Amino acid sequence: MELLLKPWPWYVSGPLITLVMALLLYFGKSFGMSSSLRTFCAIGGGGRYTKFFKFDWKAQSWNLMVVLGAIIGGFIATHFLSDGSVIDLNEKTVMELHTLGFKDVGESLMPSEIFSWNAVGSLKGLLVLIFGGLLIGFGTRYAGGCTSGHAISGLSSLQRPSLIAVIGFFIGGLIMTNFILPLIF
Amino acid sequence: MKHLKFLLVGIFFGIVLVKSEAVSWYRIYEMFRFESFHMYGIIGTAVLTGIVFLQIAKKGLFKNIDGTDILVPLKDRGFVRYIVGGSLFGLGWALIGACPGPLYILLGTGLYSIIIVIATAILGTFIYGILKDKLPH
Repeated sequence: MELLLKPWPWYVSGPLITLVMALLLYFGKSFGMSSSLRTFCAIGGGGRYTKFFKFDWKAQSWNLMVVLGAIIGGFIATHFLSDGSVIDLNEKTVMELHTLGFKDVGESLMPSEIFSWNAVGSLKGLLVLIFGGLLIGFGTRYAGGCTSGHAISGLSSLQRPSLIAVIGFFIGGLIMTNFILPLIF
Repeated sequence: MKHLKFLLVGIFFGIVLVKSEAVSWYRIYEMFRFESFHMYGIIGTAVLTGIVFLQIAKKGLFKNIDGTDILVPLKDRGFVRYIVGGSLFGLGWALIGACPGPLYILLGTGLYSIIIVIATAILGTFIYGILKDKLPH
């Protein structure tokens, strides 16, 4: 039980993520979380504007159940399966983030400097979340998948397009973390 | 409740991603600074076990629930959409510290401001849908 409550090591977590992919494939579906964003567009009537959102979204309702489950899983893990451990980050990372103005580094999953209502209440804070969301939504659909669809499913099935997409993820991620974040914070 | 199994898979997914800290902004930052092996270990072992699983499935040793072959859908050929779309997503991933799955999981952990990101991610997907035919793929 104690092992369950502590953070799980990478060599346990990685194969368990693959188990999620394997279960979905076994059930005749595939692992792709960003598809749900497209489904929400279809539910919201996006089909009136472009045929890209004109499809029978009910056929995707299984993926919305995965989404609902993910929300519940997040709740369960935080409330019943956590011992409040501080994230065991590299000392260097913590120092860098202190320099950028982040306090309490690793004490929660997400920095309050970005996600607290106080931060979101400022224009800069609000714009960070809005632009971040737009980039995630636009980028994943343009690339035809996100971490689950490309990095896990696509690389596991040795698909070249997914390798290109993952290289793209890293180009964008490296630029943001190393060059843009220091300008924002 | 033929969808119950998907709900359970989702719950399992949510728990694994929280317990692995893969939903943490700090872990994503650390990954893109190359200062920790943690995320590379997670993605690496996931891909390696995934390759083994799919190769075994390819040999026809087991089928899916409908009795047909286990296959990951093939991605369309292309280059521009993957490198450009991927880079745009990467910018958002590193800024928010979460990809689409974790956005939902974080909502469950009680991080309610993430709703703004989910809403604008849906909007971003909508904008792509509108512009799709004008973009190079």
